[in-house]
Amino acid sequence: MLKIVNLTKIFNPGTINEKKALDNINLHLKEGDLVTIIGSNGAGKSTLMNAISGAIAVDKGKIYIDNIDVTSQPEYRRGKFIGRVFQDPMTGTAAEMTVEENLVLALKRGQKRTLRKSIKNPERVLFREQLKLLGLNLENDLRQKVGLLSGGQRQALTLLMATITKPKLLLLDEHIAALDPQIANLVMELTKQIVKTNRLTALMITHDLHQALAVGNRTIMMHKGRMLFELKGEERKRATVETLLGLFRKQREAEGRSFCFLA
Amino acid sequence: MEALLFLETVEQGLIYGIVVLGVYLSFRVLNYADLSVDGTLPLGAAVAASMIVAGYNPWIATLVATLAGGIGGLFTGYLHTKFRIDPLLTGILTMTGLYSVNLQVMGKANIPLLGYEVVFASPFGLRGEVFTLGLLLLIVSILVISIYKFLGTEIGVALRATGNNQRMITCLGVNTDNMKLLGLVISNAMVSLSGALICQYQGFADVGLGIGTIVGGLASLIIGEMLFSKDSIFRDLVSMVLGSIIFRLIIALVLWLGLPPAYLKLMTAFIVIICLTAPDIKAGVKFIKKRGNSYAENS
Repeated sequence: MLKIVNLTKIFNPGTINEKKALDNINLHLKEGDLVTIIGSNGAGKSTLMNAISGAIAVDKGKIYIDNIDVTSQPEYRRGKFIGRVFQDPMTGTAAEMTVEENLVLALKRGQKRTLRKSIKNPERVLFREQLKLLGLNLENDLRQKVGLLSGGQRQALTLLMATITKPKLLLLDEHIAALDPQIANLVMELTKQIVKTNRLTALMITHDLHQALAVGNRTIMMHKGRMLFELKGEERKRATVETLLGLFRKQREAEGRSFCFLA
Repeated sequence: MEALLFLETVEQGLIYGIVVLGVYLSFRVLNYADLSVDGTLPLGAAVAASMIVAGYNPWIATLVATLAGGIGGLFTGYLHTKFRIDPLLTGILTMTGLYSVNLQVMGKANIPLLGYEVVFASPFGLRGEVFTLGLLLLIVSILVISIYKFLGTEIGVALRATGNNQRMITCLGVNTDNMKLLGLVISNAMVSLSGALICQYQGFADVGLGIGTIVGGLASLIIGEMLFSKDSIFRDLVSMVLGSIIFRLIIALVLWLGLPPAYLKLMTAFIVIICLTAPDIKAGVKFIKKRGNSYAENS
């Protein structure tokens, strides 16, 4: 499904601010995998997602989706088969446009956009049906502007927009971190449900270690642009938050004093 | 006398209303501060006037002038999408370059059209003013309805999303560069159409016709938005035309009251400044009042 080979990205190369954001990353996702990614700030989690989606160009390495090399494809072309949800609920929706307009923009993902009227009744029926599943009463007023919705409603809508065409790959970048706990839980439940029913392949960044183990079938820890370890299968089932912290601590000790000093 | 002046002013408002529709597309829908209209308006006039003088049918001349404006918009958009030049600068570059192009097209600074057949010549033997007003109303209505319909198509909503949230629409698989090019082509084509109509309406084309187009266009746009706009694209579009008419009426009024024409551009600039700061001033007054109240409650 998704194959990443020796991916490397260096910001500000040759300067005092040089930073290896991605250091020789290798990752292989099978269809239906839901992989959670954890790691401290600056570990390269978001850079990895931006590299996969094409928002940034990489320095070395290859990215394959369904065995097609997409490494040099522009972002909009990859947008035809990658769905994304960002941390900021404002990023994933167009505030000045209505709920149905936002949804129809997403519904046409990967299709040729024509001069046909964009929203007709069949689309509205589909939108109402899908919005009802969110349970946020969005189906009652398709013509309200998205800017008037709450952050949680916008994020749930973004999730629906990202998945309505069943993309080959779904990228979730701390998509519930900016929401209040109650609605965050709801959006998380929706995420699990949508990924499961549509059998989507997904990467999810999270800061919540408990959630990292509870959601999906694989967990990856990143640190300083590298993948520190991966948990899957039985090992992952037995793992607890303490296991993750222990593994992380071991790694930090291995890195030597300089790092401990910083911590 | 005054009635005729009023009618002519409304007609001018309608013709310039097409400019405002174009400015609405670039500034509001696409969120692109496009100044090339100061060049594409006289470009339309230059092309249309030259062709009419050369003996072409005025409608054909108007059509070609419209297309020429589209090319101007394409140039502006190309500078931005291909070479990543700042939108503001791309417009200034096009506008400046077009000044020479317009002079070249016209061959001289001014082309009189008196005695030539123009689109406003009535074929039905109606009185001139009535036919002109009717024709302008028809053209503007067709444009308003077409743009409204277009903005509701699949491409149209993608265009609006490009102006609203570029990152989102890129993620949804749309090449925003193409959308910007398309928007700028349509916008500038309309502005040139307006230029072609203006020169035929006033009976001459002048190379200095474009000076202040964008400021006048913005003034009309803001007036339209303040007075009539309300959460609907169709209403927005109609507001643009109404804003243009009111702006022209204001200008006609101050001229009639005796303002020397040389001060017109200064006044236009002031109208824009006042309109832009008015909401702030209003909010400021409200804030001061509120603060005063809360002090009163506390003491």
